[in-house]
Amino acid sequence: LPSLLSPSASCLSIASLTPEKFFLSKRGFPCSPLNHFLKPSPSEPQASGLPEYIKIVEVGPRDGLQNEKVIVPTDTKIELINQLSKTGLPAIEVTSFVSSKWVPQMADHKEVMRGIERHPGVQYPVLTPNLQGFHSAIAAGATEVSVFGAASESFSKMNINCSIEESIERFEEVIKSARNMNIPVRGYVSCALGCPYEGNVVPDKVAEVSKRLYSMGCYEISLGDTIGVGTPGSMKKMLEAVMKEIPLSALAVHCHDTYGQALANILTAIQMGVAVVDSSVAGLGGCPYAKGATGNVATEDVIYMLNGLGINTGVNLCAVMEAGNFICTALNKKTNSKVAQASFRTGTTN
Amino acid sequence: MNWFGFCPLCNTANRVFPELLAGLPEPQASGLPEYIKIVEVGPRDGLQNEKVIVPTDTKIELINQLSKTGLPAIEVTSFVSSKWVPQMADHKEVMRGIERHPGVQYPVLTPNLQGFHSAIAAGATEVSVFGAASESFSKMNINCSIEESIERFEEVIKSARNMNIPVRGYVSCALGCPYEGNVVPDKVAEVSKRLYSMGCYEISLGDTIGVGTPGSMKKMLEAVMKEIPLSALAVHCHDTYGQALANILTAIQMGVAVVDSSVAGLGGCPYAKGATGNVATEDVIYMLNGLGINTGVNLCAVMEAGNFICTALNKKTNSKVAQASFRTGTTN
Repeated sequence: LPSLLSPSASCLSIASLTPEKFFLSKRGFPCSPLNHFLKPSPSEPQASGLPEYIKIVEVGPRDGLQNEKVIVPTDTKIELINQLSKTGLPAIEVTSFVSSKWVPQMADHKEVMRGIERHPGVQYPVLTPNLQGFHSAIAAGATEVSVFGAASESFSKMNINCSIEESIERFEEVIKSARNMNIPVRGYVSCALGCPYEGNVVPDKVAEVSKRLYSMGCYEISLGDTIGVGTPGSMKKMLEAVMKEIPLSALAVHCHDTYGQALANILTAIQMGVAVVDSSVAGLGGCPYAKGATGNVATEDVIYMLNGLGINTGVNLCAVMEAGNFICTALNKKTNSKVAQASFRTGTTN
Repeated sequence: MNWFGFCPLCNTANRVFPELLAGLPEPQASGLPEYIKIVEVGPRDGLQNEKVIVPTDTKIELINQLSKTGLPAIEVTSFVSSKWVPQMADHKEVMRGIERHPGVQYPVLTPNLQGFHSAIAAGATEVSVFGAASESFSKMNINCSIEESIERFEEVIKSARNMNIPVRGYVSCALGCPYEGNVVPDKVAEVSKRLYSMGCYEISLGDTIGVGTPGSMKKMLEAVMKEIPLSALAVHCHDTYGQALANILTAIQMGVAVVDSSVAGLGGCPYAKGATGNVATEDVIYMLNGLGINTGVNLCAVMEAGNFICTALNKKTNSKVAQASFRTGTTN
């Protein structure tokens, strides 16, 4: 039988239910009846007030790999992004134009940016923490950029060595230049549900920073639960405050699964009408603040939930699992996606 | 300044987030239950699905530790033949050996009359029976049809009622079956209604293979709630596909106020090799604390019990809260 890790294995080829137990298909992919559950549900979300369509922003190649210890070769990064480009994902965060002194994993940002295939209909945003990074990104062919603010002064100082106000002034330069060139800018707000140094973060502060970024010209604000401490309770309160200042259509949530709360928090957000969700293939990217803990929520697990709610994402779950399998093999690590773990027969018993 | 302050009691990094670990002092979010009863199934459902056979003393110690956490109900063991479930072979010794804390229920599984009598003789004061919402699962799992299994349980329930012993009913495959795939919500409602009308005081609806999502959970509960009062419903979610907390949130948004979980997320899934099974008690409590919902349970104490059993099993915890809180995790 061909290797279970063969990139040609496709679980979508197993379309019909079989009453047998777990037999391997001719191609070697486990074709249990459970694969039936990997397909989108035909139910109607509109009845329950949920968005009809949710845009998934794939942050694995940047936020994910940035927080992985193993330095990934440029070719591997490019291959990962190319595989993700074929899954139907509408946006894939490619890299970060930041000094390689600070983030060695992203040292090859120019090569990656220039090396990837650009699929029509897919956005390829990159991080640009300052004007220098922005110009470098544009020179390398970037057509969308992102900037990062924080809702906590301590986090801002510890993370990027300046106050929130100073960081916003820095981003203002980037946003102005971007607008002049018709380059869309996405704004991230870190520590939206808690800070590793300050603890609780006041929802109004999150709203204030979000409003600044939005009014400066960011088309979308991604609210990040940076250390994953948020719960449906705090997510609701924070969104209520932010929604007073920013239109719903401009909001995204970026949940970390460090405390296992990500899907519940995402569900809460979409129940309130948020229609953009960030996630990371295979749940790449641990938490730098809690050793051994997980970080980003896994794209596969998010899509599984949205499929079950009958919400359209345009993304092929099996294809994402394949990309996840590829990068986990390259990183020599187990996936952090439970859907992938349950679907591939490669997991070791825990 | 460092987030990793250590609580001398439980070694958790809670210096900055004591309110998250202890529970918020404010009223619960709108429309949710004020109090949720957690039924701890780790010592039975959890250990039953772990490969390593755990010594009797360890099981007793685990249950004794759990008894001190505030958990209102702890599923102790299963009075089933040791041929089928070797892990539960010491059911009598465990039942007799545990400390019985006032205010804590100690239900045990009794799949038939023989098991029931054995359980009573060993001191059990509450029992549970298991039905399934899928014929295939019933046949493959306990070698008989749903109807036959219900007749078997009827004997148990009758005897239990005669002795004023409360009986809890489980319905497996409530959101999907490893053999049949989709399960029709009305079938779940039908089986639940049978168990309830026979005398079970509570029906725990189990997503046995963890395939459920908020979408299917909602549909299933809508069907079941037509037949069974909300106060008699519980959800038993597996986290095999990472959906458990989202599914539990959906259930409690619909008013369900009893949630089953397993300390440290003990118990893998026998139907998906290498995958996880039960949802971790710690992660459930963390979420409920964040919603301001009272559970009466001390999260740190549960994490300690989880740490104890994981050390004994020589395995990593499946609880993300515990993983993030203890400094013992290896980087992944």
